[in-house]
Amino acid sequence: MSDDRTNKTFVLKGVGVSPGIAIGRCYRFDPLDSQISFYKLNDASLIPGEVLRFKKALKESEQQLLEIQRNLKKEKVTEPVYIIDVHILILKDKIFINRTISYIRNQGVNAEWALRMTLDHYKQIFEGVKDAYISSRVSDVQYVVQRVLRNLSGEQKEVTWEVGDDGVIIVSRDLSPADTAQMKLDKIFGFATDSGGRTSHTAIVARSLELPAVVGLDDITRFVHTGDEIIVDGTSGLVVINPYPDMLRRYEEKKRHYDAAKDEYLKYGKLPAVTLDNYHVGIGCNIEFVEEIPSAIVHGAENIGLYRTEFLYIYREDLPSEEDHFNNYRQVVTEKNLAWSTIRTFDLGGDKFPNYQKQSKELNPQMGMRAIRFCLKEVEIFKTQLRAIWRVSALGKTKILFPMISSVDEIREAKKLLEETRQELIDEGVKIAPEIEIGVMIEVPAAVVIADKLAREVDFFSIGTNDLIQYSLAIDRANERLTFMYEPLHPAVLRLIKNVVDMAHKANIHVAMCGEMAGDPLCVLILLGMELDELSMNHLAIPRIKKIIRESTMKESKLLLKKALSFNTASEVRACVHDYMIKRFPDEFKIEED
Amino acid sequence: MTEEIRTLKLKNKLGLHARSAAAIVKVVQQFESKIYIEHNGQTVEGDSILDILTLACPYGGTLTIKAQGVDAPAVMAELEKLVENKFGEA
Repeated sequence: MSDDRTNKTFVLKGVGVSPGIAIGRCYRFDPLDSQISFYKLNDASLIPGEVLRFKKALKESEQQLLEIQRNLKKEKVTEPVYIIDVHILILKDKIFINRTISYIRNQGVNAEWALRMTLDHYKQIFEGVKDAYISSRVSDVQYVVQRVLRNLSGEQKEVTWEVGDDGVIIVSRDLSPADTAQMKLDKIFGFATDSGGRTSHTAIVARSLELPAVVGLDDITRFVHTGDEIIVDGTSGLVVINPYPDMLRRYEEKKRHYDAAKDEYLKYGKLPAVTLDNYHVGIGCNIEFVEEIPSAIVHGAENIGLYRTEFLYIYREDLPSEEDHFNNYRQVVTEKNLAWSTIRTFDLGGDKFPNYQKQSKELNPQMGMRAIRFCLKEVEIFKTQLRAIWRVSALGKTKILFPMISSVDEIREAKKLLEETRQELIDEGVKIAPEIEIGVMIEVPAAVVIADKLAREVDFFSIGTNDLIQYSLAIDRANERLTFMYEPLHPAVLRLIKNVVDMAHKANIHVAMCGEMAGDPLCVLILLGMELDELSMNHLAIPRIKKIIRESTMKESKLLLKKALSFNTASEVRACVHDYMIKRFPDEFKIEED
Repeated sequence: MTEEIRTLKLKNKLGLHARSAAAIVKVVQQFESKIYIEHNGQTVEGDSILDILTLACPYGGTLTIKAQGVDAPAVMAELEKLVENKFGEA
């Protein structure tokens, strides 16, 4: 496209938040600094016209925001529409406007330049505010300024698809709900952004549309231009700009593999997970957002084994109301194609709550005041969630799961609060289910040791392997120098899991696993051999896990488990399981070799 | 011209954040009176959302509101109601 630039190949590493491979032309969304001209007005007579131009851009911006707001309301978007209200009020903020106009008048600069000066002024002021939440509001000012600048440049056609009718890959600093609301989503192949994480808006949109996305690339917007060829590999978190021909070919092949594998595996999604010798395993899906349900079902989830509810708290500045909880949960539990939904009460610490009394920073938040510990202390916040869970229980089969339980006291206390809210709702005449199945996450080693006692208190267990492994092996998952020690097949981990399953079955309760290990194809036979009743995983893992289960037997799984448990070291276990799986399922494990 | 001065204590957990500041501005815009809001020695005009935000008034903090104009009592009543109802938040 561009002849004057050498098309040098760049590879950037970010966080893959939606898997798959997208190859296409880049569309640089919202280029604030590039393509904007700053100039001095060389004649005072130009000033009134410039002020008028600024005011017209304000008006246009306001109209666009009102339009976006109307559309969002129509689509009943659950994300805070009010933030657009705030943006409109900023647009109309007299002091904001007058400051910009006075820059135009007194310094003789064009509207673009004046706006940048106003933005810098607010940046400085907000930086001085101690409250971290408020100081981050400068992003709202920035957002508004960007919109006005876009209108000033005359490119008010929101997203212009000059690239032709082909799809594009959106590259941007970040994307807000207002941005994506105005995109023609069917023309998008993928996303790549400078900022954001797994729960950023870009990530959610990408996952719900099943489009590859990589976020947290820091400065990709500096490297690419509209029209550049780029590859987004949402599985590995890599973005390649201007790939050289061989690389492009490799990626095209990878993409074909990925797409074919997806189609091929999807067939298995529909089938039950039954071994050749007729042992049935329940397959659940872990979700975080309501938008993930359709793909969960397509990939073959029979139930929601883990619905994480932290998202409800993180994405906003105030606490979610009972109605907010209710409206989200309702959409999950009323889904006809799911046998039940397991709602896990929120696993957060005080640091995630805006304006929550700022305690001294915890040295080790992973082992700090979070999850059930926080809930039992902040009873009112907790009860709001419990009430909403009871209320949706009347609409579809609901189970409740308490995280981070480490003692019988904690589960009793949680059950007491659950009972209190039940009684309150009955007194208020609100319709609820006659009972609800109660489960605990087994993720603290202490819970494994007293699993027999916990089993008497609840209806089911769900093993959270991510935390269980990190706590039992004493490995901080965030510490990169220790990642090699994080080993699900460590003999200690295997014994812990086996102990939990045995204790649960002795007490006649159901035991599930919802950690990453449950969706790891390499571990399936080991888990089968332990006789877990249910495996709950990321939707993309389901078809492959089902396929392996359907081609294996309980008998061989037991033998493999027995052998695995006989080794003394994690590396021996891994070598044994790895060799067995590759030999037994050559087709399944070959893709990973390349 | 009437003038009303009232000191109000913020009862919503979040303090004076984007949503609550927006609510104040929306009320103020419906009236003729000039509104000044003071917190910790800083005074801003009640119709500028950006200035109100920079007050950074936390939960439990106090705002001294001054209304000047023909409908000062009415706007004051509305603002009091807003703060009393915690801006409709938890």
